[in-house]
Amino acid sequence: MADLSINLAGIKSPNPFWLASAPPTNSGYQVQRAFDAGWGGAVWKTLGDPILNVSSRFAAVSFNGQRVAGFNNIELITDRPLEVNLKEIYETKKRFPNHAIIASLMVEPKQEKWHEIVKRVEDVGVDGLELNFGCPHGMAERGMGSASGQVPSLVEKQTYWVKEAARTPVIVKLTPNITDITVTAEAAVNGGADAISMINTINSLMGVDLDTWNTIPHVAGKGAHGGYCGPAVKPIALNMVAECARNPRISVPISGIGGISNWQDAVEFILMGATGVQICTAAMHHGFRIIEDMIEGLDHYLEQKGVSSLTEIIGKSVPRYSDWGNLDLNYNIAAQINTDVCINCNKCHIACEDTSHQCIDMLTGEDGRSYLKVREEDCVGCNLCAIVCPVDGAITMVETAASQPPMTWNDRQAALNTAK
Amino acid sequence: MRPIHLFSYSLAKEVFSVVTIKTQRISSTHLEKNFEETDPGFTNQEALEESNRCLYCYDAPCIKACPTGIDIPAFIKKISSGNLLGSAKTIMSSNPVGASCARVCPTEELCEGSCVLNHSTSPIPIGKLQRFATDWAINNEQILFKPGSPNGKTAAVIGSGPAGLSAARELARFGFQVTIYEAAEKAGGLNTYGIVSFRLPQPISFWEVEQVQKLNVQILTNTKVGKDVSAEDLLNSYDYIVLAAGMAHVPDLHIEGEELEGVFDAIEFVKSTKSGDLTRDFTGKRVAVIGAGNTAIDGATCSVRLGAENVKILYRRSVDEMTAYDFEYEFAKQDGVEFRWLTAPKRIIGDEKGRVTGIECLKMALGEPGRDGRRSPAAVTGSEFILPVDAVVKAIGQTRHLSLIQALGLQHENGVVKADKETYQTSHPNIFACGDIVFGKGKGDAMVVTAAQQGKLAAYAIHKQASAAGTA
Ligand SMILES: Cc1cc2nc3c(=O)[nH]c(=O)nc-3n(C[C@H](O)[C@H](O)[C@H](O)COP(=O)(O)OP(=O)(O)OC[C@H]3O[C@@H](n4cnc5c(N)ncnc54)[C@H](O)[C@@H]3O)c2cc1C
Ligand SMILES: Cc1cc2nc3c(=O)[nH]c(=O)nc-3n(C[C@H](O)[C@H](O)[C@H](O)COP(=O)(O)O)c2cc1C
Ligand code: SF4
Repeated sequence: MADLSINLAGIKSPNPFWLASAPPTNSGYQVQRAFDAGWGGAVWKTLGDPILNVSSRFAAVSFNGQRVAGFNNIELITDRPLEVNLKEIYETKKRFPNHAIIASLMVEPKQEKWHEIVKRVEDVGVDGLELNFGCPHGMAERGMGSASGQVPSLVEKQTYWVKEAARTPVIVKLTPNITDITVTAEAAVNGGADAISMINTINSLMGVDLDTWNTIPHVAGKGAHGGYCGPAVKPIALNMVAECARNPRISVPISGIGGISNWQDAVEFILMGATGVQICTAAMHHGFRIIEDMIEGLDHYLEQKGVSSLTEIIGKSVPRYSDWGNLDLNYNIAAQINTDVCINCNKCHIACEDTSHQCIDMLTGEDGRSYLKVREEDCVGCNLCAIVCPVDGAITMVETAASQPPMTWNDRQAALNTAK
Repeated sequence: MRPIHLFSYSLAKEVFSVVTIKTQRISSTHLEKNFEETDPGFTNQEALEESNRCLYCYDAPCIKACPTGIDIPAFIKKISSGNLLGSAKTIMSSNPVGASCARVCPTEELCEGSCVLNHSTSPIPIGKLQRFATDWAINNEQILFKPGSPNGKTAAVIGSGPAGLSAARELARFGFQVTIYEAAEKAGGLNTYGIVSFRLPQPISFWEVEQVQKLNVQILTNTKVGKDVSAEDLLNSYDYIVLAAGMAHVPDLHIEGEELEGVFDAIEFVKSTKSGDLTRDFTGKRVAVIGAGNTAIDGATCSVRLGAENVKILYRRSVDEMTAYDFEYEFAKQDGVEFRWLTAPKRIIGDEKGRVTGIECLKMALGEPGRDGRRSPAAVTGSEFILPVDAVVKAIGQTRHLSLIQALGLQHENGVVKADKETYQTSHPNIFACGDIVFGKGKGDAMVVTAAQQGKLAAYAIHKQASAAGTA
């Protein structure tokens, strides 16, 4: 078996799979069940001053019959007394000394508030802290969560206050509800963060009921925006992780979060620079038992790749992520249709005809049978036809010979400038 | 949500993909084609779609419906995540003949029959997904398990069918040194020789045998206990014996003409089609198969596939009492097999050269339900009629390995070895019996999957007994 253990800024766990701060980590009972099932770590449901929750808290989108393509909540931080949580953290840590327990924290942006809570959670033996600057609803209206997470100076200052008191590693959890996440990530680093995690949930309204005209979900006929997560947010989260990973000014480890549902998703985040991952929605959809396939699938993948330790692959795809200006303008691919496999639904034709470059012809062979053919010279290699094609292997995007040597937009501009 | 396949890494892609070409169901010229596996198996795309349809139920009924208790939602989840090796391990760890079972289990009555989606949409094709995952392991030449560290104990297993293989595999994983004695030329029992190739090709069975051999289990083929090695020898040389010899040949009909050329034992007959060397003797012939269980269906469909012009199944009861599964009945009908209900053979008629030319039958009528709930047939006097046929295939059940059972000195009831229902321990404390050899009448159908489970349970009981003895 490959070595799956990680060390994220000094926080060690037997595998890279942590439960994100959310309902799955509400209590000692749950976290201990999760560790028994195989999870490597847990970020406890955010601790702070007591709050009140509403009833009707979650909603989800089904996509063409698949449930929970995206998930939304208007739940606040923990609604259990701090003392109870602290006692359970202590007990859980005692039973599972080798698993990572991280306390997620959210308090008002005041130095003494942060100092106090940091001291209290560290006293019960947590392995690290995660500052919740991310939840976009409810707490944000009170100046916490994403409200402070959207202001770089507040991120920096609060991180600094925490670092003044903290003895364990500090992770800053960032909100995606911002134009450029690297700005707040940098602010966290400047404040002394040992690591960053992302993403928290994205502002969302799940739907409107066509009969009652109520929002979905609603609380006694009224709704408020929630936080979006689950499979649908994965590409957004992956980009944010990748942007931070490739930014030289953000030199701290990353804990990747957002839409991770299985080991394959986790590998993508790790290749894109995450040292470990956190998961919420997938566990809420299926229970803690999903961890078995996650660990086994990851292990088999590494073995098949001949990699003995997970840490060897962290960030391996980061150098392949860049700016548009660095992409080769002379690289060409074109669609090819395998008529033996094609089932003649004509979806590629109409997609290309109406919405792309009109280069898939509907033809009739000598035997009277219809078939589809790409006019390669007109194909711009956009992938649309392959994306809409419902059959494996019917459309392949193949590299075509480049007529020119590689040249990027940036190369081109540089060349034009020197020519001037 | 996985992005479109084009950009995603998936182990599933390494599985061969099958292009299904619709061919005529039966070829009269290329008989070998008729014995190729009829079901092409899932393509990657089908497997992905169906695996994603699985609800991944908690405490799922399918797990309980599987006699070997495979964690079905887990293996299906692993197909959808591309962890095919893990999927195959989940299957095979619970069921050492899980690749065969994927093909031969009556899934409608077992796992698929219990799928909760029967109550909302349509059940998950569990058998075919199981085949997809195990095919991947077969095609990628995976060795799934390791032997346990030696515990110093030895065990002899008599018979290498599903029950024997299963017991041997588990014993080897516990660290026993296991030797299997197998009378036939090749190991695998009825999976290798009894279940028709077009449902279960031999290489699948051989792969399962190999998985067991890879755990340092020695298999001595062409070695019949009671002939090549005595039962006494085994008793003296091994700490434990697992008796998994299955059942024997088809019994006699006890009617006139049984010795004629052209009268076959269905099991021997199916066996002759399994090695690939197909006889041309059935081309254009008329065949009567006696019986209506699984074996009769196999005998009939094999006859069709050998080119027989007309194949009739003669059964003395009616369609309601038939023991073959619905899917088998459907399959046989699609192969063009005719069913003659309430028809019993009276004598087989031959020509001067001793070859079958016809069969005289009697019409039957059903009486009141008997003790087993089935209505017993009685002959209608004067209803004799003759069917002209060129071959008769007998498929009226299987006889018992009486002499072997007696040589081991075991208690039995009409050749059904008496064994504890949980431990499979026989009247001899160190002999455990499992599979068809303990299968009695009125207990449903003999199935590969139950034989496999009993083999596992026998191994667990032996392990427990050996561990207790070790610490005592
Ligand atoms: C034609 C046919 C079709 C069937 N189809 C299906 C089906 O579709 N699905 C299903 O679930 N079940 C099916 N079955 C039932 C299934 O095959 C059996 O229940 C199962 O194989 C029993 O396993 P076993 O290990 O007990 O015995 P077997 O598979 O019979 O194996 C016993 C082994 O012991 C060996 N042996 C016997 N005597 C000795 C000896 N003295 N020394 C050494 N070795 C010995 C034999 O050679 C054989 O290899 C079918 C059975 C038949 C006959
Ligand atoms: C119901 C619910 C409650 C959440 N509560 C918190 C919280 O208290 N603190 C926090 O940092 N994140 C919270 N989150 C966000 C998750 O920790 C995580 O960042 C997000 O769900 C994305 O991961 P996922 O796509 O795996 O669910 C919550 C998410 C959900 C669905
Ligand atoms: S999951 Fe259902 S039963 Fe459980 S708290 Fe929520 S609404 Fe209630």
